[in-house]
Amino acid sequence: MVKKIRVLVAKPGLDGHDRGAKIVARALRDAGMEVVYTGLHQTAEQIVNTAIQEDVDVVGLSLLSGAHLTLFVDVARLLKEKDIHDVLIVGGGIIPQDDVPTLKKAGIAEVFGPGTPVDEIVSFIKKNVKR
Amino acid sequence: MMEKEKLRQMQEKRQNWESSVYKKAVQENQERKQKFKNLSGIEIQHLFTPEDTAHLNYLEDIGFPGQFPYLRGIHPTLYRTRLWTMRQFAGFGSAEETNQRYHYLLEHGETGLSVAFDYPTLYGYDTDHPLARGEFGKCGVAVSSLKDMEILFKGIPLDKITTSMTINGPAAVIWAMYIANAENQGIRKDMIGGTIQNDILKEYIAQKSYIFPPEPSMRLIVDTFEYGSTHVPKWNTISISGYHIREAGSTAIQELAFTLGDGIEYVKAAVKRGLVLDDFAPRLSFFFNAHNDFFEEIAKYRAARRIWAREMKKLGAKKQRSLWMRFHTQTAGCSLTAQQPEINIVRVTMQALAAVLGGTQSLHTNSMDEALALPSEKAVRIALRTQQILAEESGVTDTVDPLGGSYYVEWLTDTMEQETYKYFDKVERLGGVIPAIEKGFFQKEIAESAYRYQKEVDANQRILVGVNRYQLDEEISIPILKMDEKGEERQINRLKTLRHERDNSKVDAHLKRLQKAAAGEENLMPFILDCVHSYATLGEVCDVLREVFGEYREPAIY
Amino acid sequence: MTDLSARILSGDPRAIARLITLVENESADAIPTMKHIYAHTGRAHVIGVTGVMGSGKSSLIYELAVVYRAEGKKVGIIAIDPTSPFSGGALLGDRIRMMELSTDSGVFIRSMGTRGMMGGLTGALYDAVDILDAAGMDIILIETVGVGQDEVDIVKIADTTLVVLVPGLGDSVQTIKAGLMEIADIFVVNKADTPGVEQTVAELEAMLDLATAQTRAIPIVATSAKQRQGISLLKQRITEHSEFLKQSKQFETRRRQRYEAELVEIIKKRLLAFIFDEATLRDTVDRCITQISNKQLDPYSAADEILGRILK
Repeated sequence: MVKKIRVLVAKPGLDGHDRGAKIVARALRDAGMEVVYTGLHQTAEQIVNTAIQEDVDVVGLSLLSGAHLTLFVDVARLLKEKDIHDVLIVGGGIIPQDDVPTLKKAGIAEVFGPGTPVDEIVSFIKKNVKR
Repeated sequence: MMEKEKLRQMQEKRQNWESSVYKKAVQENQERKQKFKNLSGIEIQHLFTPEDTAHLNYLEDIGFPGQFPYLRGIHPTLYRTRLWTMRQFAGFGSAEETNQRYHYLLEHGETGLSVAFDYPTLYGYDTDHPLARGEFGKCGVAVSSLKDMEILFKGIPLDKITTSMTINGPAAVIWAMYIANAENQGIRKDMIGGTIQNDILKEYIAQKSYIFPPEPSMRLIVDTFEYGSTHVPKWNTISISGYHIREAGSTAIQELAFTLGDGIEYVKAAVKRGLVLDDFAPRLSFFFNAHNDFFEEIAKYRAARRIWAREMKKLGAKKQRSLWMRFHTQTAGCSLTAQQPEINIVRVTMQALAAVLGGTQSLHTNSMDEALALPSEKAVRIALRTQQILAEESGVTDTVDPLGGSYYVEWLTDTMEQETYKYFDKVERLGGVIPAIEKGFFQKEIAESAYRYQKEVDANQRILVGVNRYQLDEEISIPILKMDEKGEERQINRLKTLRHERDNSKVDAHLKRLQKAAAGEENLMPFILDCVHSYATLGEVCDVLREVFGEYREPAIY
Repeated sequence: MTDLSARILSGDPRAIARLITLVENESADAIPTMKHIYAHTGRAHVIGVTGVMGSGKSSLIYELAVVYRAEGKKVGIIAIDPTSPFSGGALLGDRIRMMELSTDSGVFIRSMGTRGMMGGLTGALYDAVDILDAAGMDIILIETVGVGQDEVDIVKIADTTLVVLVPGLGDSVQTIKAGLMEIADIFVVNKADTPGVEQTVAELEAMLDLATAQTRAIPIVATSAKQRQGISLLKQRITEHSEFLKQSKQFETRRRQRYEAELVEIIKKRLLAFIFDEATLRDTVDRCITQISNKQLDPYSAADEILGRILK
């Protein structure tokens, strides 16, 4: 058995800021994970279907536009609707502290704001993957 | 250039100083780092002397403000005559809310407006488009039709205030709405002033709010150049932007090189179309970032002016104004920390000071809470006050280019210029700017720099106060801007009513004519103006163009 | 039949995805299902797409998939990217060019890392192809890594191999290694919207004229994935090649080669696992390595000894 953690790094919505997503993708690769990157402008449906086909352990969502309450929640809900419960969902971007409880309640396991060291994201994923 | 004998003497003394004084000092007390490097990775020596600038000829390479090569400034008197324009980028929610914010800013001493549009608008979608879901008013204001534009500028004298609009993919359409709005108020096209960003190349490179492929996008841009130089002469039809390239993670040198490279590309495209260089060149403007490394930023602005003047001369510019690099500056959003947000005020002050010492024509200072959310009213006011303190209290405005002649600054300016030309050569070898974009060259360069920077921060090789040193365990409570929850609904209803009430046969006719023109080679501006005058929406106009031009998809680079 | 097999045969994407993960991870749990579904494989036409990096393979595959979908065919896509030899991680980015297909239930796309395999493929590729085949895909497109120019192994698995070139690669055709040129069933000159395309096609034609041993003329198709040109023609050439294979009996020869390679792969994997993972043999292996380091034993004699113990 040679199990590798597979991660989908996704950019939902119209936001074009991909600096953070790309940095995190590379850092996860350097931590030994297989990282699928969706590119920009994805709908929740595209993200969830990709997560299924790629059989990822983690979906990482990145958004700086402020639409996270809609778009992160859409992805989490769609995963649930498709009866997928063993995928860890994390989010990052400019997310006001006040919004974090709502996101967590929707199923986003953790939210990483600006200035988070990438190692912290790596170790959170390693500790919390569900399978 | 120094006299040879004097230089030789100095070199001798310098060697003496190095081997006795400096070496001894370092032996007694080690320097804090083995190597000192700026954000572009240039190694900074412990001391700069006349030797380091001896190869520069004052009259040819530095000169006087208002004279070629404009290193020291494009105006002979700079801020002694007129301060820079204080222009705060603002926009959120509905047109009504943003209009209120504009009035607030003007009341507090702002001297120009700067519009931030929301994502659907930036991509040429109306608020009720499925892809607009969740994005209404989040990153800026939603403008889907001339109706919204009318509300956005209600009570603002368009013939007195200049407006900068950060819009790229659909820039021609939004600009047409601004013109139409002025015309409807009886203000002639040649009376309005302002800027549209209209810089699609940096969208492909960094900011990613593109719609069409490069070729038709460049055509639209040249259309605006042509239309502007004959009909809207006070308008800057492009703001060639390094800001977003930097925010995406580039170094200062990459920002400088890629932006100027883009600028030259636009000039060549317009000349190829048959436009006369001196007709449109005076309306080209630039937009740079102001990041943390103080002297590096100042050197960047100064180098930019000199390179641009030299390149424009090479391209055959005759008018003085064609050689001027006029630029707007915004402090670096990506340098702001979510941790201890109040200290961002200090960062912004330093960055703004660099922009002023670099001779900026206008300035936006970021608000301290921008790493957390959209800026609150108080945060915006403090940011504006920062500019006012620099202008009124600091004294840095009393003389032109106060750092000119500094051995370090002149050396750094020159070094950055040389590095820029190295990038020009690389891009040339790849076949030019657009082929390099399609090959992902810029994107890869930026991703590399961004990753390297993050690694340095994570390894504590680069210190960010509050992030990897001097941290504080505190609850962050910052007043968060609350938006009118009814705004989106109101906007969607407004669109519905609009589509119902306008003369739809007129709209269809104008859209059809636009479609036909787009398939041909005519200048599209008059056709777009007709469309927006008849209240065709942004999405409708862009859909017509999408159908003719196709949509851009980016190469996979990361 | 396992529950997983039934779901695979019904084309359930989650089951397909999960089984590919199991074979990638070399999990023993995959084997019963692989055994079950095998009888249902062999229908799909497998197309390998190889060529240097930056030749637009992903976009070409996307456009081909669109054309096949228009005919109602189900399409499986496997996109391979290199695994970092240092971290063991991989950035799998080919999918970006194909995201529009991700909501089409008639398309299944899977990104895979090479995980130490040479030749531009991945160790679990045979299994992944079998899984997509059993799940009812009519067409399976495989995108090789595309970094080096020695990606010739694709012929062991593909029915039709496309070698993708682009104009303006310096001396272009001459610089492509002979091996890569010899495996082509069809040459694709992509990015035909860029200058130099005629020259590349002419060079290819000249080269093919020299190769007299061909039993069939190898077609050259100029495409522009960007402008969606030449894609239908390319599809037609692929169909023609498939018919040629069947008529000339080469189809069986190729498939036999593929099954042989697959069998060799499985035996190799198992044998190595047996030698290096089993506790009893591990001791012998370790002792041999020590003796080899001390020059008390040479590697050939050590191999004789170890294999001798298995074959006993």
